[in-house]
Amino acid sequence: MDIFVVGLSHKTAPVAVREKVAFPPEAMREPLHQLLALPGIAEAIIVSTCNRVELYAVGPDAVVGIDQLKRFMASYHQLDESALDNHLYSLSGDEAIRHVFKVSASLDSMVIGEPQILGQIKTAYGYAVEHQTVGLILNRFLHKAFSVAKRVRTETNIAGNAVSVSFAAVELARKIFGSIEGKTVMLVGAGEMCELAAKHFMNNGVDRVLVTNRTFSRAEKLADEFSGQAILFENFHDHLLQVDILLSSTGATNFIIGPDHVNNALKQRKQRPMFFIDIAVPRDIDPRVNDINNAYLYDVDDLQGVVNANLKERQKEAAAAEEIIEHEIGQFRQWLAGLDVVPTIVALRQKLESLRQAEVEKTFANLKHLSDKDRKAIAAMSNALINKILHPPTRVLKQAQKETDAQPYVDALQTLFDLELPAPEGDLKQVDTD
Amino acid sequence: MSLNIMLFKLTLVAYAVTTALYLFSAVVNRKGMDRFGRVALLAAFALHTVTLISRYAEIGYTPVTNLHESLSFFAWALAGTFLIVDWKLRMSVLAATTSTLIMVMMLLGSLVPMHPQDLNPALDSFWLPIHVALAFLGNAVFTVAFVAAIFYLLQERMLKSKKFSALYYRLPSLDTLDLINYRCLTFGFPLMTMGIISGAVWAESAWGTYWSWDPKESWALITWFLYAALLHGRLTTGWRGRRAAIFAIIGFVFLLFTFLGVNLLLPGLHSYNSMGG
Repeated sequence: MDIFVVGLSHKTAPVAVREKVAFPPEAMREPLHQLLALPGIAEAIIVSTCNRVELYAVGPDAVVGIDQLKRFMASYHQLDESALDNHLYSLSGDEAIRHVFKVSASLDSMVIGEPQILGQIKTAYGYAVEHQTVGLILNRFLHKAFSVAKRVRTETNIAGNAVSVSFAAVELARKIFGSIEGKTVMLVGAGEMCELAAKHFMNNGVDRVLVTNRTFSRAEKLADEFSGQAILFENFHDHLLQVDILLSSTGATNFIIGPDHVNNALKQRKQRPMFFIDIAVPRDIDPRVNDINNAYLYDVDDLQGVVNANLKERQKEAAAAEEIIEHEIGQFRQWLAGLDVVPTIVALRQKLESLRQAEVEKTFANLKHLSDKDRKAIAAMSNALINKILHPPTRVLKQAQKETDAQPYVDALQTLFDLELPAPEGDLKQVDTD
Repeated sequence: MSLNIMLFKLTLVAYAVTTALYLFSAVVNRKGMDRFGRVALLAAFALHTVTLISRYAEIGYTPVTNLHESLSFFAWALAGTFLIVDWKLRMSVLAATTSTLIMVMMLLGSLVPMHPQDLNPALDSFWLPIHVALAFLGNAVFTVAFVAAIFYLLQERMLKSKKFSALYYRLPSLDTLDLINYRCLTFGFPLMTMGIISGAVWAESAWGTYWSWDPKESWALITWFLYAALLHGRLTTGWRGRRAAIFAIIGFVFLLFTFLGVNLLLPGLHSYNSMGG
């Protein structure tokens, strides 16, 4: 059995193509069942997000399976197969495993390290479980992918640094203040980015918000939203001494906060640091404020610079994440390879064991004069005999599984000895979940 | 080679291993990596303690009377102090720097004559361990403040210039670094004060005068005034951050001169504490 992937993503297809092949979440049943009905497909999952559409499947032959998946992708959406083919990638074996691990760990995302993709894959897996299109291998595979993603998240700093401007502001505040719990934020003026940043600050422990605006009613409205306090624009400078973090985005054409205001405030607050975030263009805060001890001023470009630096840092972390993934691929590969021969070996042993027991009992029933000692010797002899018989095929199977392909031997043994393999479902209990 | 000198060299190796582990942890910046360094530091500190005890057993008095012994004792006090700091803060960059300092002290200690000489009768007093322990513990705490101050200035400069190096992502917040500065000051200053007072009391009982303005006393007093000014500034007018960090660095330079420079350059009453043997 092999794992294979066919799909397209933001890296290979423009949104105009991606939207055409998307599978809406409310109608997953139909395509999943069609997939499973295809020859050469034993298990299947459909992952469909705005950045990628991918089919994960398991089957006896990857070449046949991939061909089927490609045709399905085109025919299900009534698209021209050869046109779609330019955007599709197809992977099998280790490459397929690596790809799914990387996607889950958000190494293949548009913004590396963003966590949404893991949730989307979990949802896709959920649909496949609901419609019973996954079995032993994909179950194990997906759970493995989830745990790999978790390992990457905890062992590397891949999602560690903010990649949005408003969250970068929160992180900078943390680098200055340590914890921002109990700090006071002041919003000067209103604007979408300003409010978003303020929300981030609130979610991260800021409990006091002051709002000021040239139009006092707007200040009151916004203050209500943050359960804060509205302040008259005319005297907001008097409140600066209480402010740890100030977000400014007014339409003023001149600087409304200058070095003198900040020096005064710092003196009154015994030099406790102040963090100024100037989102306005043209700027609201005199850049000389940044030269004052214990005052830190960031404008829009500065914040964007932080985001860019953080993105670079994430890329460095991605290298460490790939090492983890390589290690996990090896482990999963071993499990997958072991899957084919172990049940066969177990079934063969069970078969011989049941024959042995039946024959020994028959013999003992006929030879009633045997002493206990004799009986034990005969039982031991029969045991040794089946062990000796089993030894070479077991060795050959395990070796073939490591070095080449054990499938021909497995098929031969199953036919020659008329083996019935145990149902694989029991194995799922060992699968680790989040 | 006597037992305690062998142990000393072994301790030096243990600190080198500690430094390597902390450096590795600081570079790779992975959660939990620093625990190897911490365990190594604890082991090195324990070994160092045994080394000091064995030295004491061999010579029969507190081993702080020549440069080799003083460096070893300073390093031991610094290791002990930092173990406590590191237990709470867990910062590989600070730990790597501090353990490098410890290693350098131990290395210097292995380069100067290590054999004990006969005890100067003037030092044969129960005041010796008290005076020296207080002074060196104070020094150790101020050394930690110095390390935190250096990193405060680096981190502050990155936040102001908005150019972030790899160090930025590995350093704690300005607030934390400033807090280390403050905490070290509140612990180090009383230790240093008591160190000076115990020295004066000892001087009175040994030489009949509390204060004789020998170079070590004078420089210690200058250093004390610097830290006193910093503590005063912090408590009253809100000195903090950059200014406090610069003061902690200047204070440490004076402290280092009081410890080493005075003995090597300026002869005086404390001179029996020089290169020795």
